[in-house]
Amino acid sequence: MEHAPTDDMIVAQGLTKTYGDFTAVDGIDFTVKRGESFGLLGPNGAGKSTTMRMIACTSQRTSGSLQILNRDTDHHGPWIRAHLGVVPQQDNLDRELTVTENLYIYGRYFGLTKQFINTKIEELLDFAQLGDKRDSKVEALSGGMKRRLTIARALINEPEILMLDEPTTGLDPQARHILWDRLFRLKETGVTLIITTHYMDEAEQLCDRLVVMDKGTFMAEGSPAGLIQKYVSREVIEVRFGSDRNAEAAEHIRDLADRLEILPDRILMYTEDGERDLARVLERGHHPITSLVRRSSLEDVFLRLTGRSLVD
Amino acid sequence: MAFVQSRANSWQGALTVVDAPKAMRMGWWYVAEYRLRNLMKWIGAVIAFGIGNPVLYLASIGFGVGALVDRNGPGMGPDGVPYLTFLAPALLATAAIQSTFEEVTFPTMHGLKWENVYYAMTATSVTPNQVAQGVMVVAFLRGLFTTIIYWVVLGIAGAFRGTHALLAVPAAMLAGVSFASVMLMLTLRFIDSQNFLASVGRFIITPLFMFSGTFFPLSSIPAWLQWIGWVSPLWHATDLGRFLMYGKDIPTWLVATHLGYLAVLGTVCFLIAQRLITKKMTQ
Repeated sequence: MEHAPTDDMIVAQGLTKTYGDFTAVDGIDFTVKRGESFGLLGPNGAGKSTTMRMIACTSQRTSGSLQILNRDTDHHGPWIRAHLGVVPQQDNLDRELTVTENLYIYGRYFGLTKQFINTKIEELLDFAQLGDKRDSKVEALSGGMKRRLTIARALINEPEILMLDEPTTGLDPQARHILWDRLFRLKETGVTLIITTHYMDEAEQLCDRLVVMDKGTFMAEGSPAGLIQKYVSREVIEVRFGSDRNAEAAEHIRDLADRLEILPDRILMYTEDGERDLARVLERGHHPITSLVRRSSLEDVFLRLTGRSLVD
Repeated sequence: MAFVQSRANSWQGALTVVDAPKAMRMGWWYVAEYRLRNLMKWIGAVIAFGIGNPVLYLASIGFGVGALVDRNGPGMGPDGVPYLTFLAPALLATAAIQSTFEEVTFPTMHGLKWENVYYAMTATSVTPNQVAQGVMVVAFLRGLFTTIIYWVVLGIAGAFRGTHALLAVPAAMLAGVSFASVMLMLTLRFIDSQNFLASVGRFIITPLFMFSGTFFPLSSIPAWLQWIGWVSPLWHATDLGRFLMYGKDIPTWLVATHLGYLAVLGTVCFLIAQRLITKKMTQ
């Protein structure tokens, strides 16, 4: 049995994937260390899922290099996959089988023994809060429960790296928060996590370090707080004057903000002190229909870097 | 949270927990294990159809048509044997084909199109090739199971003469496996087209069943229709079964042709199927 001698779990250099003329991933470089929680943040079509599939050894790179657990993904796909946990974007549970049967057969794919799997199932049912659903068929579960089961299933082999492709997309807010809580526990226990998301709050909660991805390349890299600090000011004032008046009003208040973004429905004013500067807007006699002061988020970082929103 | 509390002690990591070389070697069997587990949910139906089908055919064609044919006198049917004996190898091969067909088509659609469960397999150390291998193993086992039930029913009905009756089973299975390879290949090739399975039933299965020397010798249909028999795994297996079971008089070269055709067809189609599934699953 070979143990990873270094702490580098994933090393990618110039990683590229093309489909015909289309370049899905365009020469990205990154390293993920043991115990790190690494996020890929970007809109749909940014190349996140393609990157994930290459890491999961289910899609061959076009060029560059990719080493996982010190092995090349092109030549050691099955070996690498034996040590990964994969939570795909779309659930692929077997709906005709029960919750425990789904966990059991998945454990068997890794060649785990019946005894090991059965012990593990108890832990995982507890972790996923599915104990009372153990004998239910998957088709009877809610969306949030299916997601938790998919995550539990990915943990059956005690993966060295757990990969989560948009883990909470399509879930209602309550189900998302339950899931985040479970994932946060995993992170605390030191499992290496790779997460793609287009929700900035998810990235902020779960990732130690993340890259902002767009059109197959990395636009920026850092911790959530570091990225916000680097690319945007501390606070944002959102003001709405009505879609036909936004552009005109913006000219009168531009000097009050460090930077201004005019969106179709609102103006974003980046500033160090939101309340103070909102008061100045009002002092000048501009009365927005609605106004809001909030902390800057990764959404703002993304807007700054690409000129576009994350979620359309 | 017991899981998290116990994690520090019990979580060893996949590098310790997983025996990767063994998992990589045995992937095909884990796929088969999964399919068998699913199949066990329907075992009642599998047995019921396994028994129901031959009983229906026996009652209508075996006894009904048989009475008509055998009216000429004992030993005056095709090949000089009772009609039921003539029919038995064909029915066995049909049963083998039917059951292996079901086992390679529907699970493949389920796995790659309807529910994506095969993609869950290949996220582990299991490879797409091993998925195809596992599917074929279960198709073989299910075909064997069904064929043996069929064989017992035919035996009870008195279809067998002589001591070589059991040899009809391997002949039938050769057709079952060979045809399963063809169907696995076609399912993978046409998985994205609509109505594929319905078309297969209408334009492949039914003509094969009708023109493969199933109910009458191939030589008794017009020459321009006989080619269907020559390309049909069912005819090759049926003729082989008749040779093995009651010593139908056929030349050695034809026996070799039957064996060779079924073996080559099955092998080639399976190798193509492996390429197709690997391509589909690793885009």
